[in-house]
Amino acid sequence: MNAIPTRTRPAWFLAGVAFVVGAAVLALLVGPTSIPKWGTLLESLDRLLPFTIDSGLNESQQTIVGNLRLPRVILAMLVGASLAAAGSTYQGIFRNPLASPYLLGIAAGGGLGATIAFVNDWGDGVGAFDGVQLGAFAGSLLAVALTWTVGATGPCDRSTTSLILAGVAVTAFFTAFQTFLQQRNTEDLRQIYTWILGGLNTSGWTEVAQLAPVAVVLLIVLSFSGRALDIMAVGDEEATTLGLPVTQVRFVLIVVASLLTAASVAVSGLIGFVGLIIPHAVRLLFGASFRVIVPLSILVGAGFMVLSDLAARTLLTPAEIPIGVITAFFGAPFFVFILRSTTKS
Amino acid sequence: MKSRVLVCIVALLALLAASCGSDAAEVVADGSDEAGALAQDVADGKAIEDEATTNNDAMEDDAMEDEATADDDATTDLPQRIVSLSPTSTEMLFAIGAGDRVVAVDDYSNFPAAAPMTDLSGFTPNIEAIAGFEPDLVISSGPIEGLDAIGIENYVAPAATNLDDIYAQIEQLGALTGNVGESAELVLQMQTDIDAVLASLPERETPLTYYHELDNTLYSVTSGTFIGYVYDLFGLVNVADPADPDGEAFGYPQLNQEFLVTANPDIIFLADTLCCEQTAETVAARPGWDLIAAVQNGNIVELNDDVLSRWGPRIVDFIEIVGAAVNELEPVATS
Repeated sequence: MNAIPTRTRPAWFLAGVAFVVGAAVLALLVGPTSIPKWGTLLESLDRLLPFTIDSGLNESQQTIVGNLRLPRVILAMLVGASLAAAGSTYQGIFRNPLASPYLLGIAAGGGLGATIAFVNDWGDGVGAFDGVQLGAFAGSLLAVALTWTVGATGPCDRSTTSLILAGVAVTAFFTAFQTFLQQRNTEDLRQIYTWILGGLNTSGWTEVAQLAPVAVVLLIVLSFSGRALDIMAVGDEEATTLGLPVTQVRFVLIVVASLLTAASVAVSGLIGFVGLIIPHAVRLLFGASFRVIVPLSILVGAGFMVLSDLAARTLLTPAEIPIGVITAFFGAPFFVFILRSTTKS
Repeated sequence: MKSRVLVCIVALLALLAASCGSDAAEVVADGSDEAGALAQDVADGKAIEDEATTNNDAMEDDAMEDEATADDDATTDLPQRIVSLSPTSTEMLFAIGAGDRVVAVDDYSNFPAAAPMTDLSGFTPNIEAIAGFEPDLVISSGPIEGLDAIGIENYVAPAATNLDDIYAQIEQLGALTGNVGESAELVLQMQTDIDAVLASLPERETPLTYYHELDNTLYSVTSGTFIGYVYDLFGLVNVADPADPDGEAFGYPQLNQEFLVTANPDIIFLADTLCCEQTAETVAARPGWDLIAAVQNGNIVELNDDVLSRWGPRIVDFIEIVGAAVNELEPVATS
């Protein structure tokens, strides 16, 4: 019998990094404008590294690579990593394979916040963030807070079951309110719907600067949470006897994962499927310990999102396909393939 | 339990109302005879211009296309209580002088200001609410189920696909409301104004390219849409057309940002000034957009979202704005 691997082996880590880098390079080289390949890579390095590299591209090519393609690829990596990490964390906390980052009402809260922002024309927002981002972020966190509060009632104080049920109730309520607002303001329907489908089309360095600080810090925190998740996997009571303060750890992890998801959603809309499926794909490929799943989900999620975004902007070029359509359309068969090829053994 | 009783009562009342009030609103499938009879009645009572004969032809042609079975009030008085659930039809009614007989308009009919705006929804029409205004004519852009059953005439004025559709609708409304002269005048005025704009355009060797923006996530229109058709009249080339090369696909693609920057349109038309607060400044500030000729030369035209989502008399204003923008550009090939 093989023991479950509890350490991310260096080979896997390298494979994950290679996947992300390969996806990023491919995404940088492909686009409606033809730009010399080496020049593209050199220009990207020039933007990322603190010293100057002469890429040999003219000014407009430099702008396209450096201000349009590169930030979009980086944002896709950040969003994909965030959603996959949050998804794997939730799956560990709730011991539920159907948990996604949107489990505790974040999707409904973010959608409602964005809808309210569109309906009331909160275009300008505050400081570096525009009104829709703030609305979505606030809405997501409000929904989670409400779920946490509601989940505290009843005999099973904040157990996983009561939190999931509270999340279902909060989602239903917020979604109903959102639908009502949409019906009352049909002229905003297209904007709202576009936001809900998610997309990285108009992203640039601004969005990267908005998400990166939060995402990088929280991703580092989550990548060390694997051990706690493995302990909680055996059950609340058993985990407590093993010395883990279960309720507090659950609270901290929910806060971190929710903040990460809310920040992603604020910047890119509601991109589905990634947070649900990537952790499972990683589990099937590399093993069931969260000390393996969480770090590798970050890498695989980043790469998967970059490839999905590449497909979204290339398949019907010059038209864009909403990225949520791509992640589900290609993600589902990809997952079935992994499921079949790994459960045979 | 209570709601079931309520539904039964309402159904009974509706049946009673239908049986009592249906004489005046007999719905007839073939509209062309009625159109002829109506023109005759109106000609006896009012002075008409030559346009009336073209009216007749246009009406006969259009009567086939009308989705609803329109009764042109051949045997009764003209409608005195009109409800309009289409912002375009509201504008048309007021423009042909029938506004005094409009008793209620839907919640998006914000032009002209004199229109009696209510909470009625053209999107999800509520039959009881409409009936509450006791209309004898309801105008909408899509057929409304249930109006026939309670004996209210429903004239359907669907979205226009070209200018002739607009003229035909105005003339139809003129015939329905008895304002044939005014509607003919309006059509003539519109045609004259539009022809004047199109005649004033300079000759160009290379046609100008444009990008029409619907919202700030870069949704645009292709030439297959009504708006695209209008731009076509100016000889403008739409940069979004490659998204739908054979005209078969969806006419409102979301464009890739890099593609747009590379396509380098000469003019940018903003149809998202109201919905998404976009201006020439916000567009110029977008990363990478300073490479676009339209941005560099300041050829960003801010339009009124409402005017563009309708096909009413104000389409002339839109055409004049486009004409002015095109005329501003020097007739030299831009790189």
